Amino acid sequence: MITGTEYTRYDLDHSVPVFCTDPFSLSLQLLKMEKGKGVLGSRKWAVEFTDNSSTRDILDPPGFTRASPDQDDSSLTRQKKDAEANWKSQKAWEVAQAPFKNLMMMGFMMWMAGNTVHLFSIGITFSALWQPLSALQGVGKVFEPYKDNKVDLLAPKLLYIALNLGGMLLGVWKLNSLGLLPTHASDWVSSLSPAHEVEFSGGGAALY
Amino acid sequence: MAMAIKLSLILLLCLSSLLAPSFSLFEDQVGLMDWHQRYIGKVKHAVFHTQKAGRKRVLVSTEENVIASLDLRRGEIFWRHVLGPNDVVDKIDIALGKYVITLSSEGSILRAWNLPDGQMVWESFLSGSKYSKALLTVPSNLKVDLDSPIFVYSGGCLHAISSIDGEYLWKKDFAIESSVDVHQLILSGGSDVVHAVGVTDSSQFDTYEIDVKNGGLLKHTSASFPGGVYGEILPVSGDRFVVLDASRSVVLLITVNNGATHLQQTHVSDLIHGSSENTVILPSKLSGIFSLRTDSCIVFVKVTDEGKLNVMEKVDKTVVVSDALALSEGEQAFALVQQGDSKIELSVRLVHDMSSNHLKETVKMDHERGFVHKIFINNYVRTDRSHGFRALIVMEDHSLLLLQQGEIVWTRDDGLASVIDVTTSELPVEKIGVSVAKVEHSLFEWLKGHMLKLKGTLMLATPDEVAAIQQIRLQSSQKNKMTRDHNGFRKLLILLTRAGKLYALHTGNGRVVWSTLLQSLRTTSQQQCAGLKLRQWQVPHHHALDNNPSVLVVGRCGLSLTSPSALSIVDAYTGKELQNLGPAEHSTVQVITLPFRDSTEQQLHLLIDADKRAHLYPTTPEAASIFQRESENVYWYSVESEAGILRGYGVKKTHSSEYSFEARNLWSIVFPAESEKIIATVTRKPNEVVHTQAKVIADEDVMYKYISKNMVFVATVSPKASGPIGSATPDESVLVVYLIDTVTGRILHRMTHLGSQGPVHAVLSENWVVYHYFNLRAHRYEMSVIEIYDQSRAENKDVLKLIVGKHNLTTPVSSYSRPEVTTKSQSYFFTHSVKAISVSSTAKGITSKHLLIGTIGDQVLALDKRFVDPRRSLNPTQAEKEEGLLPLTDALPIIPQSYVTHAFKVEGLRGIETIPAKLESTSLVFAYGVDLFYTRIAPSKTYDSLTEDFNYALLLLTIVALVIAIFVTWVLSERKDLQDKWR
Repeated sequence: MITGTEYTRYDLDHSVPVFCTDPFSLSLQLLKMEKGKGVLGSRKWAVEFTDNSSTRDILDPPGFTRASPDQDDSSLTRQKKDAEANWKSQKAWEVAQAPFKNLMMMGFMMWMAGNTVHLFSIGITFSALWQPLSALQGVGKVFEPYKDNKVDLLAPKLLYIALNLGGMLLGVWKLNSLGLLPTHASDWVSSLSPAHEVEFSGGGAALY
Repeated sequence: MAMAIKLSLILLLCLSSLLAPSFSLFEDQVGLMDWHQRYIGKVKHAVFHTQKAGRKRVLVSTEENVIASLDLRRGEIFWRHVLGPNDVVDKIDIALGKYVITLSSEGSILRAWNLPDGQMVWESFLSGSKYSKALLTVPSNLKVDLDSPIFVYSGGCLHAISSIDGEYLWKKDFAIESSVDVHQLILSGGSDVVHAVGVTDSSQFDTYEIDVKNGGLLKHTSASFPGGVYGEILPVSGDRFVVLDASRSVVLLITVNNGATHLQQTHVSDLIHGSSENTVILPSKLSGIFSLRTDSCIVFVKVTDEGKLNVMEKVDKTVVVSDALALSEGEQAFALVQQGDSKIELSVRLVHDMSSNHLKETVKMDHERGFVHKIFINNYVRTDRSHGFRALIVMEDHSLLLLQQGEIVWTRDDGLASVIDVTTSELPVEKIGVSVAKVEHSLFEWLKGHMLKLKGTLMLATPDEVAAIQQIRLQSSQKNKMTRDHNGFRKLLILLTRAGKLYALHTGNGRVVWSTLLQSLRTTSQQQCAGLKLRQWQVPHHHALDNNPSVLVVGRCGLSLTSPSALSIVDAYTGKELQNLGPAEHSTVQVITLPFRDSTEQQLHLLIDADKRAHLYPTTPEAASIFQRESENVYWYSVESEAGILRGYGVKKTHSSEYSFEARNLWSIVFPAESEKIIATVTRKPNEVVHTQAKVIADEDVMYKYISKNMVFVATVSPKASGPIGSATPDESVLVVYLIDTVTGRILHRMTHLGSQGPVHAVLSENWVVYHYFNLRAHRYEMSVIEIYDQSRAENKDVLKLIVGKHNLTTPVSSYSRPEVTTKSQSYFFTHSVKAISVSSTAKGITSKHLLIGTIGDQVLALDKRFVDPRRSLNPTQAEKEEGLLPLTDALPIIPQSYVTHAFKVEGLRGIETIPAKLESTSLVFAYGVDLFYTRIAPSKTYDSLTEDFNYALLLLTIVALVIAIFVTWVLSERKDLQDKWR
């Protein structure tokens, strides 16, 4: 299936593949293209003009001195980049700390749910187990927006993982306190059938 | 705060689970899964009550001590009273046309019951000085000072009792003067004299004439005959009597004339030419005639006015003779029944005209009913003023039939009132390939039924429809099918009755599927046979599915323990006697079902005879080789209650023949005769299934049950306290209970209850025993529980070891390893006295258990096993409460809703049998006594199935509606999508 966003890319190349010859479906795809354009219009994009490597060989026009404004410009972008990196690392730390709040909330809910096995406590426990697990699976994705060669994402990632592991531990602890972990001898022998008896004996009082 | 809320919630839950009865029925659920059948037992005596107006009835007394009034038209019970097991009914009669008079307990209790409704009017206790025969005479129209006296001879005294209020009028004690044994009370019509005829020291014949007004002795005559007498004196006419002499070869005719007694001897051989062994005078009272039965025939002898004996007729010895019935014109009639092949011949004769039959009818008779045992006749006046007769006959299988105009008007299978043993059989598997039409029909019916039910649930049904719904529920064809069902509710109950008849009852509605009078158990004139045990013989599972299941019936021909046994194998589907192994040459005192089967799925049985030899059945080489292989581990034990000894035996290596084995005595436990007497022994049910050996208690701790099938519970009392309650003081009576291993004779546990006595009723299941006894100090019944745990396994608590399987829990156990055991016990008061205790049993043993207690009121009470848990304490901890442990109370609660018999009574309750259904949650319960009752119980509720009245139609309707809704919304959303796209 070809989605709208994919069209936007083709659209830039002006190469729209049309697979269907059916007029109705064609119109539909055109419709989708229009839609895609709409999306394109709202999207931010930039054409890089700063790269003037190709124009270096050409002489500057008369009266134009290249030095100062060029420098100013580059320092400005560097400042901008620094600010962005700062912002990114700040954000990354914020994201890394987010599970803590979650942890607190989960803890509160667990306390509220009590230690008896019923629908509510089971639900909470399993969500407490599942949430960290899914979060840990998506560690890369969560920190992707803040990926930057200037930003050190390792520390926030570690914190994030640690907090999620903490959340999972909490879940396991809850599971145990609910008595759902097979940690007792009773969990292993409760359905053990009686041992076979070697001898057989019958009889009783005489029948009358 | 939250904790407090939680606590209160838990408490509320506990309370509600406590208060809510474990199960109870709604009124409209009665009869859905239970049935109740009322019986009376073998009729001993019958009195007809057939006035012109009102309902015609017959009053009967039976061998089960039942007095009943039956509808003569249909045989239904108008009313019925079941007297106690020791209150044997001696005589029954009607007085004043409105009271039924019964004499019971060897003539010591005289009662009057109101004829229409059976209410007791009065009761008199008659005291006598010695044991004697009980005689009752109710004069039809005798008036003494406005009273109509009844004459009762019992305990050596003649009593006159007012029939109006049961007051004593007078009493005449015969025992004071001489040791006369009165045989007959005769009241000649019109005179004010009672004649008492008796024998003193079996050599002197006495007649007394007693004034009916005051009991004064008017005349006493006697005559002695040195030969002695045999049996009873029979009156022939007002002043003539006949009796046999002690050698049973001479008939004595006694004539009392003007104060003188004449004796006249006639040899039986003169009357009957040919053999005359075992002569008896039949007790049928016919005026001027008596009947004599010998081994070969029955003769009717007329006593002429001159005192001569004339043989009138000779008939076959199987003929049954009724009493004489007075017809209106002063003439008498009596009935004879002649047994033919699958038919009986009933002939009625007039006493003055013996030569011809007044009436002769031939009635077809199911030969499974055996011979006619008794006949009672009654007459009615036809429209043409001639006499019609109806006859009530009692058959060999204890059934009761009414014959009229050559037809059987009704029958009652009263043999079912005396069930000895019960077993079950599965029904055949349903064959595939049922015709389409039938399926469609049933589908339509099914849908219709469910639509009706749906209407009922939605409160839309009219009263008629509500009635129809109830009808459908009660007569669901599903439950009465003759095939096996998925849940295992449909089974055959196979019952062995005292008459030696086997009945198969369908559990769906209790109808008799087949019945067989076992030829091997038929009582003949030479020997008296009776059934002992009924066991499953062949239960086809895998190898022999084509075979029908069969049962083994073990009986005994004779009265002593050494009498030869009778064995027969009966097909459980058809009732055919497949094999008649009897009479076997050995006796049988014990029947042991071995846990081995041969290749045809026949269960191996050991029959122990009186000489302690074991006989193996089936007698096939295969069975013998199986037994030889296993014989080292086969043991048995005997309980000798009189001697107070328990003995254990093993099989001796040397055997006398291929199928019989000598026993070697391994151990004996001798109870001291001066202090202990065995009153009860109980073992586990051999087919009981235990799910687990571990018991998880509070805080996830584990206790290991001591589960052994070789355990017997023995209760002994001090000999002084073995009588009824109250016969011993608390200091004299001691109840001792034992748990004994029957392989090694080891006493696992012994406990003494001071000041307590029997009767003890107990039930042993899994690792616990519950027993019921009387506490003399507290003046109350008590129930105690003992739970026994295996201490040698208690160390298995390391989780890691359990995970990797390093434990000794699955290794086979031997009693010789003498495992350490520990017990817990507790006692509670219990309000009722008990007739029987049983426990629910389920297919896998997972479901919690209910004790089924047969109460003195002939009902079955279900008591949750949790109430008799020795770990109950006054203040259970939080963990224990969560475990479901109840706080300790001094008495066991009786919750009225937990009577499984609800509104019914199982009169004369003797036993409660539980059978596991295939559905784990459910146990089938069959209670028997004079009545039969069947139901099914679910001790932990039916957690594994939907209830009967679950509305499938509603479910189906909901699903269909949901599917339609999904479709509609899908189409709608598609359409909306398209519109959005064109916008």
